[in-house]
Amino acid sequence: MRRAQLGAVSGLAALAAGLIFAAALGALACVISVLVVLIAGGLSSWFVRRRYRAWRYQERHEDLIVGRGVMVRRLSVVPYGRMQFVEVTAGPIERLFNLSTVKLHTAAAASDARIPGLESSESARLRDRLTQLGESQAAGM
Amino acid sequence: MRADLRQEDGWQRLHPLSPLARVGRLVPIVVLSVVLTLGRSGSDRGQEYYLAVLAAATVIFGLVNWLVTRWKIEGDTLRIESGLIRRDSKRLPLARIQAVDVVRPLLARILGVSELRIRLAGSSSSDGRLAYLAEATALELRLLLLQGPGKPQRPAEGGSSAPPGAAVPATPEHVMAAVATGRLLGSVLLSGITVVLFALALALVVLAVFSPRTAAAAVGFLAIYIFTLFSTLWRQLSNQFHFEAVEAPEGVRVRRGLLQSVSETIPYGRIQAVRRIEPVLWRPLGWCRLEVDIAGGRKGKRGEGSAVARKALLPVGNHQDAWHLVDRLIGGTMPALTPPPHRARWKAPLSYHFLAAGYDDTHVVCVTGRLRKVTTWVPLEKAQSIRRVQGPVQRRLELATVHVDAAGKDIRGELRDRPVQEADRLVEELSNLSRAARKHRTKPPIERSPDLGAAVPSGWYPDPSGRYAERYWRDGSWTEHVSRDGISSVDPPEGASD
Repeated sequence: MRRAQLGAVSGLAALAAGLIFAAALGALACVISVLVVLIAGGLSSWFVRRRYRAWRYQERHEDLIVGRGVMVRRLSVVPYGRMQFVEVTAGPIERLFNLSTVKLHTAAAASDARIPGLESSESARLRDRLTQLGESQAAGM
Repeated sequence: MRADLRQEDGWQRLHPLSPLARVGRLVPIVVLSVVLTLGRSGSDRGQEYYLAVLAAATVIFGLVNWLVTRWKIEGDTLRIESGLIRRDSKRLPLARIQAVDVVRPLLARILGVSELRIRLAGSSSSDGRLAYLAEATALELRLLLLQGPGKPQRPAEGGSSAPPGAAVPATPEHVMAAVATGRLLGSVLLSGITVVLFALALALVVLAVFSPRTAAAAVGFLAIYIFTLFSTLWRQLSNQFHFEAVEAPEGVRVRRGLLQSVSETIPYGRIQAVRRIEPVLWRPLGWCRLEVDIAGGRKGKRGEGSAVARKALLPVGNHQDAWHLVDRLIGGTMPALTPPPHRARWKAPLSYHFLAAGYDDTHVVCVTGRLRKVTTWVPLEKAQSIRRVQGPVQRRLELATVHVDAAGKDIRGELRDRPVQEADRLVEELSNLSRAARKHRTKPPIERSPDLGAAVPSGWYPDPSGRYAERYWRDGSWTEHVSRDGISSVDPPEGASD
């Protein structure tokens, strides 16, 4: 999904850059700039795809596991009982693709368990399930 | 004038002398401005008028503040209302109190009043302050706040006509550690600041030998820095003077201070982590410092007391004292520490020297640092989350770091640079252990000493009958309230006669 976002954005950027350069410097500059932007777009889409594949989460009986990252690999285990609140956000681009991000907050500032790019129905389900589990297992501080 | 602190409808005022005691806060400013005017040659009378106006303004402000501030205990919350233009009404739930400090600046000590600071888990803006209360009231209120919710209302027949003085029960205390003045002085002198001062002095002397004029200019330029460094040294000395860590039923209490006396109380269950620090200069003497972390706002603008979430438990002491304290507080057991594999040297060439970590079924212990060797104990029942982080270099070396986060900012134990397989195993095992630790909360260490056991603070503890996970303890006996898997129910305690 992220890839689709990025592809669209880089395609648009290539078009815009091409038009600007074509107007300013002529045809050759236009072709080169379009190529550069497209290559950059392709590269970053590759990075994004790798990052996207690295995101994973697993709901276990008493805790949630979230893993992410390609260069720096992180894996967080957050017990449901420690959850202070669950946050669901959806930015404008995310909304365009009917996606949203679920974020778990605990009393520790460092433990950020974030799951981005969930389908809206899935994120609603996860949110409800997490709150329910958090309530039944609440352990506070 | 004394009234029952728990009565339903009694708004209480601060002590009438508090506006006067507030003037004491001006003293540093006055001293500083006098010092600055002494430096100048021309005497201007404006300075004194200015100071007088400032003092008068503070008194008037304090008076207004006294008039509009009131507080009361309502059920299980402490309510504080203050502010003339911006009304500020705070409700502090007793169950959420992390620590209570009684602060008495010099002038307040002379006037016999003290300030009460109540720390909650949120940011420092959510803290409650009552400046100033009569000393007896402050102590009584502190006891009440630390006993937590669930305490029944005072018997009604006593009413507000309870005899004064009978209201404050003498709480048994037990000194765990104290710091002698000589050792404190030595520890302050053996700090990094002294080294900086010494280096500065040396540089100035060398400079003076080669070109006296430059040296004189440098002294003028550096005077303010040197003054700041000296005042920092002085503050360290006066803040930690007469340091005493005391074991009280409500929690561990720290008393310290030369001019301003501070008495901080941290309930036992609120300790998130304990840290032992051994700076390089202290190591030959075998000294160390002990700090505890509680959840709460990080260091605020006031360096002393108000918003510091990290509290010194022992500013300086030998390993035996420190070990004794750790043992009393969190029942510290020292699991076998293992160093990371040799290849970690490539990733952490300096800190590899001390790097080690270990765990048992109640605590995670880890050692980090090179110049400051830091040993951290994190109780597993306080773990908020467990994370495995692996950077690019670590991946190449097949290492990973496991973090155990406790509540609060930057309070965590780091088991650094463990081999990958071990890290995976650690994540799994530590989350299992912390789950088990949460269910069977470790008994507060205080219960182990029989003379204090009767005054264990009310709260959820492991059910002695074993039928439920936890049972509520109140006023020296078990209640019928029990809970299992977070669901509370009612079950009469064994051997309940009344």
